[in-house]
Amino acid sequence: MEPQFFHHALKINLDACYGCTHCMTVCPTEAIRVKNGKAFIYEHKCIDCGMCLKACPANAIQVEQDDFSTIFNYKHRVALYPSVLTGQFPSRYYASQIAAVMLDLGFTHAFEVEHGADFLKKEIPKYQLESEFRPVISSFCPAIIRLIQVKFPSLANHVMQLKPPVDIAAQFYRKHLIDQGLKDEEIGIFYITPCAAKIAAIKSPVGETTSAINGVINMDFIFNRIFRALKQGKAGHRELPDKPTMSPDALSWSLTNGEAAHAKGRSIAIDGVLNSMDFLEQLEDEEISNIDFIEIRACDESCAGGILNHNNRFLTVERLKLRASRYKKDQKKSTDTNPIFEQESYLKMNSRIGAVKPRSMLKMDEDMTRALVKMEKTRRLMCFLPGIDCGACGAPNCQALAEDIVQHKAALTDCIFLQNHMQKHGKLSQETAHNRIEKIWGENRLEKDCKRKGAQDETLF
Amino acid sequence: MKLEFAISGGDFSRAGIASSEVKKMLKKINVEPKIIKRVVVALYEAEVNVCAHAYKGNIFVEIDGTKIKIDIIDKGPGIENIDEAMKEGYSTASDAVREMGFGAGMGLSNMKKNADEMSLESKVDEGTKVTIINYLK
Repeated sequence: MEPQFFHHALKINLDACYGCTHCMTVCPTEAIRVKNGKAFIYEHKCIDCGMCLKACPANAIQVEQDDFSTIFNYKHRVALYPSVLTGQFPSRYYASQIAAVMLDLGFTHAFEVEHGADFLKKEIPKYQLESEFRPVISSFCPAIIRLIQVKFPSLANHVMQLKPPVDIAAQFYRKHLIDQGLKDEEIGIFYITPCAAKIAAIKSPVGETTSAINGVINMDFIFNRIFRALKQGKAGHRELPDKPTMSPDALSWSLTNGEAAHAKGRSIAIDGVLNSMDFLEQLEDEEISNIDFIEIRACDESCAGGILNHNNRFLTVERLKLRASRYKKDQKKSTDTNPIFEQESYLKMNSRIGAVKPRSMLKMDEDMTRALVKMEKTRRLMCFLPGIDCGACGAPNCQALAEDIVQHKAALTDCIFLQNHMQKHGKLSQETAHNRIEKIWGENRLEKDCKRKGAQDETLF
Repeated sequence: MKLEFAISGGDFSRAGIASSEVKKMLKKINVEPKIIKRVVVALYEAEVNVCAHAYKGNIFVEIDGTKIKIDIIDKGPGIENIDEAMKEGYSTASDAVREMGFGAGMGLSNMKKNADEMSLESKVDEGTKVTIINYLK
């Protein structure tokens, strides 16, 4: 039996949601419906990619995070931050200043995630040699792992069973501190995340039982705190440029082609969730073959386009590239090395994750015969639905409505065009039709309301 | 359940539409991924074969609770020597087709490998009918 519970980081704020169709129509896995005037997420379909959050005009999609004060539950508080955090700020601010500000905020240590990538740069080619599955699909992006689980189950075996840089870095840092004599239970490692999927992955890890990370702080929260401090000139005590303690390659790991460039053989890099779905579809059919390694990330421009990033993704890419080229120059004259290799043998023993298990969301029924009946019913319903895919029924398209009807989650009269048609032929009363609309879009939804978005008395927030 | 697709010779951009659609259906009725993969690979090969060699063709798919049966019927040059055509690496594909990355001579043998049952009838200058059956459990 597949586990039924999956942690999700994306939640709808019912007070802010006014029930439009933006999130529903962009959701790549068709996980969203509108009921009673509010968006509703089918949890088994959600992959935490965050497309809905980007599309929401009302800021009603929230990303769960640990309250910042929870860091103080630990004596030693580690901020584990991704390089894209440093790419949020103008290049005149060095990564060392950003780390210093995090210490001012209450952390006792700050460590950059991409240190872990230097380890993977060595290990991935070795893994490729021993893997029986080709191509190897990177385990880097947690939204993509979930996408494969729910929509491309036959590719689940191809997901690399090596931990992503963030978990490698967390594991290293914990061991590093324990070796210095600190107590394990007094160390709290907090990941500053640019994405919702990583939060979900930390709260319910795929392919492993526990995580070395204790909590997650959203990047948009930290960004505000850091930017304020930088603006107030509070980072002056650490003007020096950051030292190249990792390779320029590791620093660029989270950017598109950061990883694929170092894999063995023919490797390819894909970003964007829709691009990813197209590609995986073709890969599954073996229309695309003869590839050794696939780096695949849900966000456009990979982590630089993370949904919790504040800054323009292209500027973030530019800044990180500038920083990487500075590292390239600085490394020649410096003796700094990546500390992660102090624990290389420990990491080698602890860098594996279990196989990623499929959990298909597509099946209409566990039982094949019943599923077949349901599918035939769906196809029959599609004879009646108009194929306009307007979303007015509260489902993203006619096909989704038909499937919902078959699963007893919706009714044919939810379709406003069919309502009209049925009323014309005297098969549906105006009253019932109106009730259906209120059931989907909320009571009094069709009443005049001048506070609505774009209306004359709109309050902007 | 029945599905039907039309293919026209030479139009490689549309090869893969039948296999994608069938894949979607099989996923919905909870067929094991391994079995889906075999069906889809065999069907995709068939689609490419029709594109590469025939003038036009039709695909008829029938799914019941135990098996999927696919008939691929084309109007085309037919196959002169079926035994030769089944061999790996044997190909009569034109240079133009090979330039597009097809025509490696793996089509029919790959289909046979992925089908549970396969039969092939062909008449030279008329066309070819391939039937593949895969069991879903």
